[in-house]
Amino acid sequence: MSPLVQIKGIREGLLVVLGEGDWPELHSSLLDLIVQQRDFLRGAKIYLEVGNQILNASEMGQLRDEISEQGLNLWGVITNSPKTEQTAQVLGLATKLSRQTEKTIQRSLGTPDTNLSSGEDAILIRRTLRSGFSIRHEGHVIIIGDVNPGAEIVAGGSVVVWGNLRGVVSAGSGGDKTAVICALELAPVQLRIAGTQANLPKRKGKASPVLAKLLDEQIITENWLPAKDKSGGLWPLK
Amino acid sequence: MAAKVITITSGKGGVGKTTTTANLAVALAAGGDKVVCIDGDIGLRNLDVILGLENRIVYDLVDIVEGRCRLRQAMIRDKRLPELYLIPAAQTRDKSAVSPSDMVRLCDELRSDCDYILIDSPAGIERGFRNAVAPADVVVVVTNPEVSAVRDADRIIGLVEAEEKGPAKLIINRLKPEMVKRGDMLSVNDVLDLLAVELIGIVPEDEGVLTGGNRGAPVAFDGKGMAGQAFRNISRRLKGETVEFLDLSSQSGLFGKITRFFRSGGG
Repeated sequence: MSPLVQIKGIREGLLVVLGEGDWPELHSSLLDLIVQQRDFLRGAKIYLEVGNQILNASEMGQLRDEISEQGLNLWGVITNSPKTEQTAQVLGLATKLSRQTEKTIQRSLGTPDTNLSSGEDAILIRRTLRSGFSIRHEGHVIIIGDVNPGAEIVAGGSVVVWGNLRGVVSAGSGGDKTAVICALELAPVQLRIAGTQANLPKRKGKASPVLAKLLDEQIITENWLPAKDKSGGLWPLK
Repeated sequence: MAAKVITITSGKGGVGKTTTTANLAVALAAGGDKVVCIDGDIGLRNLDVILGLENRIVYDLVDIVEGRCRLRQAMIRDKRLPELYLIPAAQTRDKSAVSPSDMVRLCDELRSDCDYILIDSPAGIERGFRNAVAPADVVVVVTNPEVSAVRDADRIIGLVEAEEKGPAKLIINRLKPEMVKRGDMLSVNDVLDLLAVELIGIVPEDEGVLTGGNRGAPVAFDGKGMAGQAFRNISRRLKGETVEFLDLSSQSGLFGKITRFFRSGGG
């Protein structure tokens, strides 16, 4: 039987791998281990690999504080669960190890879902992204809420914002030139599609929904004016 | 009694956290509540100076946490308002001398014995901020009507949500109605458009705030000037009362429109 908690040295610091089990049990054995080895571990950056464990913000925040009270830093949380990954991002923790490290650690983090890399899946986020928040996803990203200055979205596919987009946004980050960005109001600090940066003119007049897309290596924007759109089609969303 | 713990924070430095904490503490205590304020800015303490209690410090927050004194011994009672107490920060240590769970324990010990605990958070988003927010029931974010302060406020509001401390409440400090009128300063609506949280106070720029702080007598003591009134109103809103926003329209037509807008909005 593998122990509940294993510690491995990696380039970035220490990787703590949690086994399967109930969170309260894992939590207490992790803390016991850290308290026992406190002097040895002091000052280390901890990356926690939690597998499929689903953690909410208060559980993860509490753990981070407890680890910091022992003189260590919780630096990142590596997980297979999208929910836990979002929680970690919300708390400003790293969610990825470097490529090289990923290769060297024995336990695989699970082969990436093939759907994910094809850019056809999407995540839906139903809150405003405030400054300092970052969403990275290999598929499409849909936000119901605003994206404020200082927040960042990096998507492999398209980005749809049901709200005001004022942060940094990058669609088609893997090179997909058909990716689009649309928002009810578009006033981003920076906007990129497939690596091409846009120079958006200042909006004049009333705000209206806008779609930005790549045309001949240049980003163009179109206002959403359904009455004039006689082609009968929806926006060219893939 | 079961005290409500209110943490005052901002992200950016110099927007008026400590001044706001001192004035709200004075305003609440003047209204008859028993208030304990805790200076969370270990190493750069100021709340004692603003409250005029600097010369009476014997023990501090770190002494309590490290067991060198009892909680009561570190509580300095303000002689002007018998229900106002201060637990000062240590000046010779830094933020790591106290942990979030120390703050939670300390506040739990105080809760049964007063009406409000006000915690003055240091600037930043690191340990000091987490210490200050850990025990909070309500988080009040102070900002100024300028772009950099509002950005930082947005970040802090996001972090407070992430810590599951509920939606933060907002105070806009040092507003100059004349500058807003000229279009040289963000208006209340500009700030709310981005931050989208509940506004519990607008404090106009007032020289009295600075001189009051220098003399150790926050403006909320007499509550006469515009800022003093504004702080008294905020303290009543924190208690759950519905109080109209100050009418500064004598100074600015646009500002008057804004305040009228909030009234019609039920603020």
